[in-house]
Amino acid sequence: MAHASARRDPARARERTLLALAAPALIVLAVLFVWPLIRLLSMSVEGGTLAQFEKAALDELYVAVLWDSLEIALIVTVICLVLAYPVAMWIVQAGRLGFILGMFFLLLPFWTSVLVRTYAWMVLLGRNGIINRMLRDWGWIEFPLPLLHNLLGVLIGIVHVMLPYMVIPIYAALLRIDPDLKRAAEGLGAPAWRTFLRVTLPLSLPGVFAGSALVFVITLGFFITPALLGGGRVVMIATLIEQQVREFLDWNFAAALATVLLVVTLAIYALLGRLTGGQGHAAR
Amino acid sequence: MPRARRPAQPGRVVLTIVASLVFAFLMLPLVVVFPISVSSAAYLQFPPPGFSWQWYERFLDDPTWVESAIRSFKVALLCTALSMGLGVPLSFALVRSRLWGMRLADKLVAAPIIVPNIILSIAIYSLFSRLQLIGAWYGIAVAHTILALPFVVILVSAGLRTFDEAQEQAAMGLGASWGVAVWRITLPQLRPSLIAAGFLAFVTSFDELVIAMFLSGASMTLPKKMFDNIMLEIDPTIAAVSVMQIVLACICLGAAALFGRGVVPGAATK
Amino acid sequence: MDLTLRGVVRRFGAVTALAGVDLNVAEGELLTILGPSGSGKTTLLKIVAGFEFPDEGSVRLGATDVTMSPPRSRDVGMVFQNYALFPHLTVAQNVSFPLEMRHVPKAERQRRVAEALALVELAEYGERLPRQLSGGQQQRVALARAIVFNPRLLLLDEPFGALDRKLREVMQLEVRRLQRRLKLTTLFITHDQEEALILSDRIAVMNAGRIEQIGLPGDVYARPTTRFVADFVGESNLLEGTLLDAGAAEVPRFGRVALAADGAQPGTRATLLVRPEALRVGADAAGLANRATGRIVETVFLGLSVKLRMALEGGLELLARLPLRPSEPLPVAEGEEVPIGFSPEDVHVIAHGAR
Repeated sequence: MAHASARRDPARARERTLLALAAPALIVLAVLFVWPLIRLLSMSVEGGTLAQFEKAALDELYVAVLWDSLEIALIVTVICLVLAYPVAMWIVQAGRLGFILGMFFLLLPFWTSVLVRTYAWMVLLGRNGIINRMLRDWGWIEFPLPLLHNLLGVLIGIVHVMLPYMVIPIYAALLRIDPDLKRAAEGLGAPAWRTFLRVTLPLSLPGVFAGSALVFVITLGFFITPALLGGGRVVMIATLIEQQVREFLDWNFAAALATVLLVVTLAIYALLGRLTGGQGHAAR
Repeated sequence: MPRARRPAQPGRVVLTIVASLVFAFLMLPLVVVFPISVSSAAYLQFPPPGFSWQWYERFLDDPTWVESAIRSFKVALLCTALSMGLGVPLSFALVRSRLWGMRLADKLVAAPIIVPNIILSIAIYSLFSRLQLIGAWYGIAVAHTILALPFVVILVSAGLRTFDEAQEQAAMGLGASWGVAVWRITLPQLRPSLIAAGFLAFVTSFDELVIAMFLSGASMTLPKKMFDNIMLEIDPTIAAVSVMQIVLACICLGAAALFGRGVVPGAATK
Repeated sequence: MDLTLRGVVRRFGAVTALAGVDLNVAEGELLTILGPSGSGKTTLLKIVAGFEFPDEGSVRLGATDVTMSPPRSRDVGMVFQNYALFPHLTVAQNVSFPLEMRHVPKAERQRRVAEALALVELAEYGERLPRQLSGGQQQRVALARAIVFNPRLLLLDEPFGALDRKLREVMQLEVRRLQRRLKLTTLFITHDQEEALILSDRIAVMNAGRIEQIGLPGDVYARPTTRFVADFVGESNLLEGTLLDAGAAEVPRFGRVALAADGAQPGTRATLLVRPEALRVGADAAGLANRATGRIVETVFLGLSVKLRMALEGGLELLARLPLRPSEPLPVAEGEEVPIGFSPEDVHVIAHGAR
């Protein structure tokens, strides 16, 4: 009877079909994403000890690099936020042409390889790079400015990669704000800046948080850009993990560092996700 | 537009200035490689002393460059096929199923965006070296699928959410099976989202470096080959390769924007 | 082909959407399922179309039991609420779709599509896309698509809801003509009682998963068997009372109401239905068996008639509807005290317990 009624229920048949559709992708994710991650993370406690974590915590180098990485992620997030918000506002207010232009300028870099962009920054920022050369040719400087192989170079490179990740959520949030609200506020006599502070800004906060969470978390795990633009002087935690695997073949320690990075990443993302109040989901 | 009748506002002027500066900053590195790639000088000189196709010729004459480019194309094509083949059905399930577990699956699919690439890379590297998949181009494609899948699912799900499911019912009422209804009615209407998703998956794989660094072994992909060259010496061949990649990105983005939907968020509302 | 439902039950968890429905639509008949939202009419439609399956009972089309058949094997043509035209296909391709699904050869397909489009007067529009058509034209395409494959049954799911009033009336008559001409067995689902009265051969009024009454439009209107039907179909004055001997009833706050016929047990509780158009106001009320005085609370001008809401001395409220002739002023004004009355013949008695 139970079987018969299950066969009769189209809702259940539908769920079964949908499950069957999801199954291949979920199996691939399980085998190629979840399982390798668990395998890797479990290496960090191989032998049943926390010795690897102890090693990481007691060595000043690793602690310092983790802090540096967090600091860089924070700075990048703030810079992106400051640059992205006006851009998002501009695109929302611009007409059709402005919208197309804005999206082109944002998405073309987004669709271009990080490596290409990093290389271009090396060409631009190097000791003998385009910027230094031009400044010298114009007689503005005598000695090349230190733009590359330091924190500044790394920041420029990462901000360039992460800006679209910040602009687009803020843009989406601004777009959802009912223009009538702003008109109402202005109709009630509020000056533009007050309308912005009291209406626009609070309503766009979900986008701000969503963008910040993405930017912070992705920056934290950055690898290529610091490796190329930092010139060995700016080390982020991803570089350390790669080093442990490639140079020292110390998988267990690499796994411990990866665990730390992953936990910090997920914790921060979850925390910032809380702040958006689940609006990311409601919006869909 | 009510904006039009208002006098010019200082706020807008400031916004326009800031936005222009940011756009200039975003385009600067993309633009700068063009003149370098056609420079007649072997070293970085700006402005270039003369015009020459030599760096493009050097790329085409060097079989390791060409092979790596072809390999990258193969990897990206397979990755696109896999991530579409897996992601499109998954999107149907994520959008339509009411099973409790699908919310979890939703998070799981998006996770590769958040999980640092380096962690994912060494995790897969460790697994693939046991399976002796290092150096196999299809191994890279399979690994890239994990990275491309979230983009496919996000774009296709967004398209599917705006699709009126009554259409499918109507088709079934008119004599179609569910499969035929999806094929004839649903998928054609999702075409913009599918095109956008396909191009984004392709570009994601084609540009990917970190996973390829670990998995490609001696048979390098284009980004890996570029990375090695950048580490060795900066010569304008890389600029030529970069220009070709930017042009490819332009073509993909253009095609996706023209025939697709969702790559340009909010485009529908404008 | 005729449609027969026997004891159809459908539950969703603890909610019973259909609590045992029996129904027969005769060949060539247009039967309307009329009910408010939540009455189960949509579930019934889905079960007939094959999008849902009943927990109990059976659905037969002609001699075939289709209770558990998938939609595609039922040969039921359906017009959806919002037409559900396929926006990426042309009008002709839309109409051709059900024929393709039935593997009709191409030449015949073209011929039948042309026929169907001609039938709905859209012969010239085959190459257009649905969004290039007006609402009424889209509706015709939906209709052509539903009938092109000679379905055994036509299902109309609130098809006129999206049209404006004028167009709706035109389309209603057109659907009616077409249905008659093709002798299509048709099940029409609506919550609009006016539409049901205009279109139907018979009406089945649904409430809470059951069919409350099934009958000719005139019968359902004039002689509802339950209070729900009386209330839902048309406008009504419903007076709750108790039947007395000798053709009368006692209604609290009104008094004695004279009835045309008795028969029910004295002492039975009953609802008395008086349609607003049966109520007489002013001088017309004189000499009628049932009379009272009411104050006019509200007048609503409706063109051909005026609707009056009146408060009686006892606190009851009654609706009246007076015919108007153009160019004549309203016979009454708000706030006025007027005599009202109705004849015993215009009182329909719904005795309780007599479902």
